[in-house]
Amino acid sequence: MATNLTEYTVSEISGALKRTVENTFGLIKVRGEVSGFKRAASGHAYFCLKDQQSRLDAVSWRGSVQRWRLAVEDGLEVIATGRLTTYPGRSTYQMVVEQLEPAGAGAIMAMLEERRRRLAAEGLFEQARKRPLPFLPRVIGVVTSPTGAVIRDILHRLSDRFPRHVLLWPVLVQGEQAAQQITDAINGFSAMQPGGPVPRPDLLIVARGGGSIEDLMPFNEEMVVRAIAASSIPTICAVGHETDTSLADHAADRRAPTPTAAAEMAVPVRLELIERVAVLEGRIRSATVGQLQRRRTELERSARGLPDPRMLLGLATQRLDDLSERLRLRRPADVLRAKAERLEMLGRRLHELVSTLLRTEQRHLERTGARLVPTHILALVGRAEPMLADRGQRLERATRRRITDGQARLDTLGKLLDSLGYRQVLARGYALVRAPSGEVVSDVAAARAESRLNLVFHDGEIAVTTGGRARRSGAEEDEPVQGSLL
Amino acid sequence: MTGEGRPVTDTSMQELSFEAALGELEKLVQELERGQLDLDEAISAYERGTALKELCRQKLADAQMRVEKLSVNASGEARVEPFDPTR
Repeated sequence: MATNLTEYTVSEISGALKRTVENTFGLIKVRGEVSGFKRAASGHAYFCLKDQQSRLDAVSWRGSVQRWRLAVEDGLEVIATGRLTTYPGRSTYQMVVEQLEPAGAGAIMAMLEERRRRLAAEGLFEQARKRPLPFLPRVIGVVTSPTGAVIRDILHRLSDRFPRHVLLWPVLVQGEQAAQQITDAINGFSAMQPGGPVPRPDLLIVARGGGSIEDLMPFNEEMVVRAIAASSIPTICAVGHETDTSLADHAADRRAPTPTAAAEMAVPVRLELIERVAVLEGRIRSATVGQLQRRRTELERSARGLPDPRMLLGLATQRLDDLSERLRLRRPADVLRAKAERLEMLGRRLHELVSTLLRTEQRHLERTGARLVPTHILALVGRAEPMLADRGQRLERATRRRITDGQARLDTLGKLLDSLGYRQVLARGYALVRAPSGEVVSDVAAARAESRLNLVFHDGEIAVTTGGRARRSGAEEDEPVQGSLL
Repeated sequence: MTGEGRPVTDTSMQELSFEAALGELEKLVQELERGQLDLDEAISAYERGTALKELCRQKLADAQMRVEKLSVNASGEARVEPFDPTR
């Protein structure tokens, strides 16, 4: 029965096996625990993947190892991606691992949780350690990759909000060397002295874009977490997407969900500040003006309560006048005048006294005079009286005689006067011509000078109009007078 | 008015950060708006506020984007060179 079996040489069967294995398992994923991990000087890595019952040798060439995103250590549960190959020279097979990833979130999360707890116990994540970010940093240090979207997003948003001086410290953000470079960059910024050749940032941003949990592993490395916690410069950490949280985020002063958000935390919006300052400027001006106006109103109101200064002045002036007057009375001239007035008054009183005295004396004299009896004089008069009566009769008779004589003479003269008086002449048919003024008009010339004339008859007078005026010359004398008389 | 150790000289004012200047300016405005300052206090508050406003303006005017990349040589000395992220 074995006669029809194909007979292989060793090489033939080894080659056949190799082809079968490689064809069948050209691309596989194997889950297992890393064991016996060793890196050769060549850069290749040798280890085993094992589980409870089995083990599988594994090799990873240098180029692949450099692309790994995690620090591999024994005991790490991984998923290895690669192919199976045989090694005919030693009758062995092994897995050539291209990619190595932690085996599921659970495992890595457990590892990170353990690390977080340890660092938290040291106080690295204490809220009390966190410092406020500067309101307006002058220089911002950025630790991230010089290529890719992260740095562009940060610079773009900074430029939009408030253009600043940015110092980029370029680092790898994934791969084996990432953690060390990030650590060096943070420590490097932190060690800068103010006034040094490179301006010291007042704010740091440590950033990386989104990625798998393995991609973010450098930011969970202990050295990075410690560098951030120890930084002398306030630090914003922005690693991955919003849902990702690295240990570096816990250690930073602020955590930003994205690099763009980190830029927004880093600087205020310049235009808003300009607006705010302008508003404050307006407010301070109007508040001051308002205050001054209010004070002025208060002052005016208070001033209305004050007495009118002119009135005050008037009162003061009046008082001054009064005092001046009183002062003036004390002057020598005024004293003299006062004395003179008093002297005058005394003089008047003296005069009154003298008058009273005189009147008293007069009345006394009158009373004394009344008592005087003119007996001697009466006796003389009694003797003279008969003689006086005789003389009186003789005077009366003589006077009467003379009056009778005078009467007769007066009658004679009156008759004579009548015969000579013009009224007797008028009674004989003559008329007397008078001007209205009463002057006698005795000739034609005088008559012509008057427009009106009065003719006086013995029993009255009438007015006539001459019809001529004084304008007439003496050349035409007779006729108009006659006419107008008629 | 509470003095609160306000710096008075120009040199000390130049050292004020933007935030401090803005904060003080806001406080002065509020004090003035409350209107409880004496007149001379109000006037000095206004003068100080105007100076702070000017300082804020200066700091806001200084807004130039400058991006540099650091490189550290073997002996640890840092060097800066202009950096253009679009390249």
